[in-house]
Amino acid sequence: MNEEMNLMSVTSNPHIRDNWTTQKIMMHVIIALMPATLFGVWHFGAYTIAVILVTVISAIFFEFMYEKLLKLPITIGDCSAALTGLLLALNMPPRIPLWICVIGAFVAIVLVKQLFGGLGQNFMNPALGARCFLVISFASYMTNFAYDTYSGATPLAQLKAGELVNTFHMVVGNEMGTIGEVSVLAIVIGACYLILLGIIDLTIPGTYIVTFVIFWCIFGGKGIDPYYITGQLAGGGLMLGAFFMATDYVSSPITFKGRVIFGILLGILTGVFRVFASGAEGVSYAIIISNLFVPLIERWAPLKCFGYVKPEKGGDKK
Amino acid sequence: MSQNTPKFTFDGGIHPGNRNNKDISKDKPIKTVLPKGDLVYPVSQHIGAPAKPVVAVGDKVKTGQLIAEAGGFVSANIYATVSGTVKAIEKHRVPVGDMVLSIIVENDGLYEEVEYPPAKSLDEISKEEIIAAVKNAGIVGMGGAGFPTHVKLSPKDPSKIDYVIANCAECEPYLTSDYRRMMENPELLIGGIKCVLKLFDNAKGIIAIEDNKPDAIELLTKLTKDEPRVDVYALKTKYPQGSERHIIYACTGRAINSKMLPADAGCIVDNCDTLVAINEAVRNNIPLMYRIVTVTGDAIADPRNFKVRCGTNYRELIDEAGGFITEPECVISGGPMMGFSLFDLDVPVTKTSSALLCMKEDEAAHAVETPCINCGRCVEGCPEKLIPSQLATYAEHEDYDAFNNLFGKECIECGSCSYVCPAKRPLAQAIKSMKKLSIGRDRAIAAAEKAKAEAAEAEKKGGEAK
Ligand code: SF4
Ligand code: SF4
Repeated sequence: MNEEMNLMSVTSNPHIRDNWTTQKIMMHVIIALMPATLFGVWHFGAYTIAVILVTVISAIFFEFMYEKLLKLPITIGDCSAALTGLLLALNMPPRIPLWICVIGAFVAIVLVKQLFGGLGQNFMNPALGARCFLVISFASYMTNFAYDTYSGATPLAQLKAGELVNTFHMVVGNEMGTIGEVSVLAIVIGACYLILLGIIDLTIPGTYIVTFVIFWCIFGGKGIDPYYITGQLAGGGLMLGAFFMATDYVSSPITFKGRVIFGILLGILTGVFRVFASGAEGVSYAIIISNLFVPLIERWAPLKCFGYVKPEKGGDKK
Repeated sequence: MSQNTPKFTFDGGIHPGNRNNKDISKDKPIKTVLPKGDLVYPVSQHIGAPAKPVVAVGDKVKTGQLIAEAGGFVSANIYATVSGTVKAIEKHRVPVGDMVLSIIVENDGLYEEVEYPPAKSLDEISKEEIIAAVKNAGIVGMGGAGFPTHVKLSPKDPSKIDYVIANCAECEPYLTSDYRRMMENPELLIGGIKCVLKLFDNAKGIIAIEDNKPDAIELLTKLTKDEPRVDVYALKTKYPQGSERHIIYACTGRAINSKMLPADAGCIVDNCDTLVAINEAVRNNIPLMYRIVTVTGDAIADPRNFKVRCGTNYRELIDEAGGFITEPECVISGGPMMGFSLFDLDVPVTKTSSALLCMKEDEAAHAVETPCINCGRCVEGCPEKLIPSQLATYAEHEDYDAFNNLFGKECIECGSCSYVCPAKRPLAQAIKSMKKLSIGRDRAIAAAEKAKAEAAEAEKKGGEAK
């Protein structure tokens, strides 16, 4: 061996790297959620600022404490805990007591994310896992969407009851619901931002929405009624779920085919929940149930490499 | 194979975009470098059996003299590129990092050249003579693979070859050697294609160039206007368009896998510089001695393209390019995506050295790995349509079955997956080593099975004899 070695570093190819990092992606998703967040604050009042801050800070805090106690590397810098906190907050009713926010953050970060091995290992979306946990445990708080002088049913419940809703209001965001779901417009602006940056693509949201619409035309009981379908699409957090939660990388399939199957499953499940219940959390349930199917979907979606040749034909070219 | 529709691109791949950095050396004309120090000729600069030295220490050699002859059919001759004295035949480090037996020639600075047989026009040369000339000249794939070209040019059924593709994509960032070749010696490139076309009566020639080199496309289109058998294709700029399998797909719509040869898709693919070497070998009987090397990177004072005699020391090229501005953190032989990083600059230019890239900063070494977030960028970027994130995980666990079920052995080691991964996982590295292990394991299993079968056979025979 040649002993006079200099200090050049030897690494395997490739020698250059793209400048996207996990942290950068998470930060851009947080930025993309800002229109919906700000709209929620403006629409529901200053109390929601407290809800959002408490949820986000507790999420970061629980991640930090868990990793500190178990002497793991501290990963709060990758912004994923902050993002989970924000998503959870956006899925909360506007007048939720703050202690529930703390419990929710604990469930999301510790039970759903960290106990399964931290970022990248959780099999369901932490924010939605926590939301569903809260809905089951604290149903009365989690389904009370009353704020200020307004009270009553969410537009989805009204639709179910056959009442007329103002779809224009639903799209712009003058209705009741969780903090982040009320303005379809704000959500779509954020989604466009992510699509333009290439962080998400339309595969999952697209198949989800299309499947849901088809399902609803067949089983919704009103046939092809654009007004009714728009109301269904704009309500119940479907848009927030489709663009920001179903597209969560960790808990969705990695291949294109897998994503299509995932989107179809989401559409069907959401439809089923809507037919049988008007619950505001149907979308959340649909997403976490689909999350559980991801490993199966990945196995169903057969992989074909470039130049794939069917094995039976024994080397025959296609 | 029925498809014949050019796609002009392929699925997957990456866009290094503004990281392409070709502008640094793109407009620097090729400069010929005369070596000063000793020249080193490793006997293995190609895929296949090492060449056998035919000179001894103390022998005088001339430029263009055979110094090592092919050690088999899949092997290649090696020629002296200067005149001088054989100083030693010993192990020397090569760019890929190994120590390889090398013939070391002390340059006498006279550049005395042997007499080559007289040049002939292509019409007077038979097909057999073309292949013999290519074989004799020691030509190998100069794009990086180093597969002996005469083997490529001898497919089972030459009448089934529909396309001869000149791979001038040059998709690796930073590299400009093929581009300069096209701009400065387009007639040699076209001449080379015509030599190869002569071998395949039913074939059409395609010069495939990425569309980020519009002037090269224009020039070659103009020059091949009156060549009915040669077309110029502008392919979409995307890495790794220059991969053999993907350039075939882009030009013909035919997809091949790792178990197939380009000839199975009716194609012969040769790199730009290789075709120039073929032209010289066939028409002028001059062996492969030179190649174009881009010396570039942000640590180099004066990035350039050089015409270099094989065997020249890399250090001399760096000096020719003005030396280092600052001490580089890594020096790469080849492009940034598929090149090898060197830990010793005292290595020779070989037949497959396309570039010397000197970087102030070694990004790969500084990248901090974080957990996979399953974002799918590696899947989108993989030109082979694999799932690199899962392959790398199986590679870490040495799970052969899972790795092979996901077609791990189809990986072309292009590095796209590692490049795009936001978690900075060294995906390509893991997959590459697992692929090696897996191929080794397959061979061992096959060998064991063969031995077992032979033993059983022997036993049976033994039994019969009794
Ligand atoms: S690109 Fe990296 S982080 Fe994304 S799925 Fe592939 S391995 Fe995981
Ligand atoms: S290195 Fe292999 S796995 Fe990675 S992108 Fe290239 S072909 Fe795909």
